[in-house]
Amino acid sequence: MKKVLYIILISCCAVFSADAKVIKVGKSRSVSSIQRAIDLSRNGDTVLVDPGLYQEKNIIIQKSITLKGINYPVLDGENKYAIISIKTRNATVEGFKLQHTGRSEIKDLGAIMIYDSYKVSALNNILEDTNFGIYVQNSKRCTIKDNSITAYGKDEVQSGNGIHCWRSDSLIIIGNKIKGHRDGLYFEFVKNSLIWKNVSTQNVRYGIHFMFSNRNTYVSNIFERNEAGVAVMYSNHIHMYNNHFLDNWGDAAYGILLKDITDSDISGNHFTKNTVGLHMEGCSRIKLYKNIFNNNGWAVKIQASCDNNDFSRNNFIGNTFDIGTNGSLVLNTFTGNYWDKYEGYDLFKDNIGDVPYHPVSMYSMIIDSNPAALMLFRSLIVSLLDKTEKILPGVTPENLRDNKPVMRPISL
Amino acid sequence: MKKILKYVIVDIIQNKIVLIYTFLLLLISLSVFNLESNSAKGLLSLLNIILILVPLISIIFSTIYIYNSSEFIELLVSQPVKRKSIWLSLFGGLAASLSLAFFIGAGIPILLYHADATGITMILTGLFLTIIFVSIALLAAGITRDKARGIGLSILLWLYFSLIFDALVLFFLFQFQDYPLERAMVFFSFLNPIDLGRVQILLQMDISALMGYTGAIFREFFGNQVGVALSFFGLFVWVVIPLFISLRKFDKKDL
Repeated sequence: MKKVLYIILISCCAVFSADAKVIKVGKSRSVSSIQRAIDLSRNGDTVLVDPGLYQEKNIIIQKSITLKGINYPVLDGENKYAIISIKTRNATVEGFKLQHTGRSEIKDLGAIMIYDSYKVSALNNILEDTNFGIYVQNSKRCTIKDNSITAYGKDEVQSGNGIHCWRSDSLIIIGNKIKGHRDGLYFEFVKNSLIWKNVSTQNVRYGIHFMFSNRNTYVSNIFERNEAGVAVMYSNHIHMYNNHFLDNWGDAAYGILLKDITDSDISGNHFTKNTVGLHMEGCSRIKLYKNIFNNNGWAVKIQASCDNNDFSRNNFIGNTFDIGTNGSLVLNTFTGNYWDKYEGYDLFKDNIGDVPYHPVSMYSMIIDSNPAALMLFRSLIVSLLDKTEKILPGVTPENLRDNKPVMRPISL
Repeated sequence: MKKILKYVIVDIIQNKIVLIYTFLLLLISLSVFNLESNSAKGLLSLLNIILILVPLISIIFSTIYIYNSSEFIELLVSQPVKRKSIWLSLFGGLAASLSLAFFIGAGIPILLYHADATGITMILTGLFLTIIFVSIALLAAGITRDKARGIGLSILLWLYFSLIFDALVLFFLFQFQDYPLERAMVFFSFLNPIDLGRVQILLQMDISALMGYTGAIFREFFGNQVGVALSFFGLFVWVVIPLFISLRKFDKKDL
């Protein structure tokens, strides 16, 4: 027993004494290549890189080291290679400027590639003109924080994703700024992760795109002016709080598109100036509360294939159409929302309207089946039809209604 | 011609109905802007008024005015004045005074509360609609000598442009649902000045809804400079053609 204790003690000492060696890399120093410095290092060391331009054709990190840049040294992929590949545990890449990765039809090439790793961090880097930005594959507990990722993708086929995560667990993705990629953030088979305070704008396809990624939390992210908005699919137990979905215009652009999402929570989000704020297809048991839908074409489009979703205490303000749907079957509930188009009264003065509100206008159904009818929007005949429909519902689903609409906007 | 024009304008401006019309518009616009929580919503309510009320008042007032001044017209015809200049100054007088009424009643409140591209498009559309419906009124009044029939005809024309035409388009849309009708729709909108004006204003307002689906084609057509110019040219044509036809009629008319 004592022997064992000794061995443990000695090995601990050995680890600690080996700790905190710093290897400096620079053009004027003895070690001028980053890869060489990494080869010289041992677990726990720090490699400090002086400013300058480094073209090293895919730096490979397989040790638990910290690779740190002083004043953003430039790592260049010469439009041919991936720049850094990491395959280890407890490593950090921090403070670099990575630019011009290669582009390949066969392999995914990116600026920072993290494979089969554990507790790897990519902090505070600037990525310019990358195919994939940060690529995480089969890893756990990695942190991607405060990176600025910019690409100049022109079409979906040619460009990669800003932050691409595949089959990973417990990732933390915070405060990144992503612009001009195919999908800003892309997750497939990613679990238990936190996505917080990221800004994803002007991407060629989606601001964020995830599939088969369960139990993730998305907080305070901004998705703005992406070609097709945001689309998320086939996932459950998603939590989305205080995100902003802004300015996604176009015939296939959605603030957010939910397809086959179940058992989730969507709250405190802002949907502003989208063609369709929130589109739901095949979704079940989602709680949507305290969201703000502002100045959208359609605030919410909910297909008849959705069931047991609950909309409560949301604000619908200045939308052209509040709710759109494609059938008469209604399995969802709407309670206690504020609708600025509500024309009812409140005799009891309890801030709850005394007559139910029908948020689906007849004309939105007409446009849904016959888009060319948009030309007659807001004409006298259409207003008359809408008014008649409000009094005697025939085309619109009678059951899609808010029985307790509130009279004043809910302060959120 | 100048003298007649001046006389007509002064005569109409003193008219009680025009004063009431101006005052009513002013009242509606101000109350709409003050009642609604945001001015964009006020503008939306005003849109309906502009698209319905303005053409109605313009066409009916003008028709009645023409019939009421038939003795004055006969007097003028007996003088050495060209018929063309009599008719044109009647048109000019009506158009100018009603436009002025519209501008004071609706234009100024819009400029006060919502002076951006949408507001200005709205004012322009309102002015155009005023002038177009004066021109159509002249045509209606020129066709028949009977006052009752003339007024009936002008009401029918108003009804046609603001309701029946759209109903027909809607009917057409559903009959030919299976065909791509977007471009046809752009064409149809040129056949009705009210629709043309409305689409113009909507493209400024409900852009997000219009952007999706068909919106793309509307946007493509009406959204750029050429489209805007073309649609205002369309409105201009709507002024000129009825006026021209009624002028031809008046020239040959046996008074």
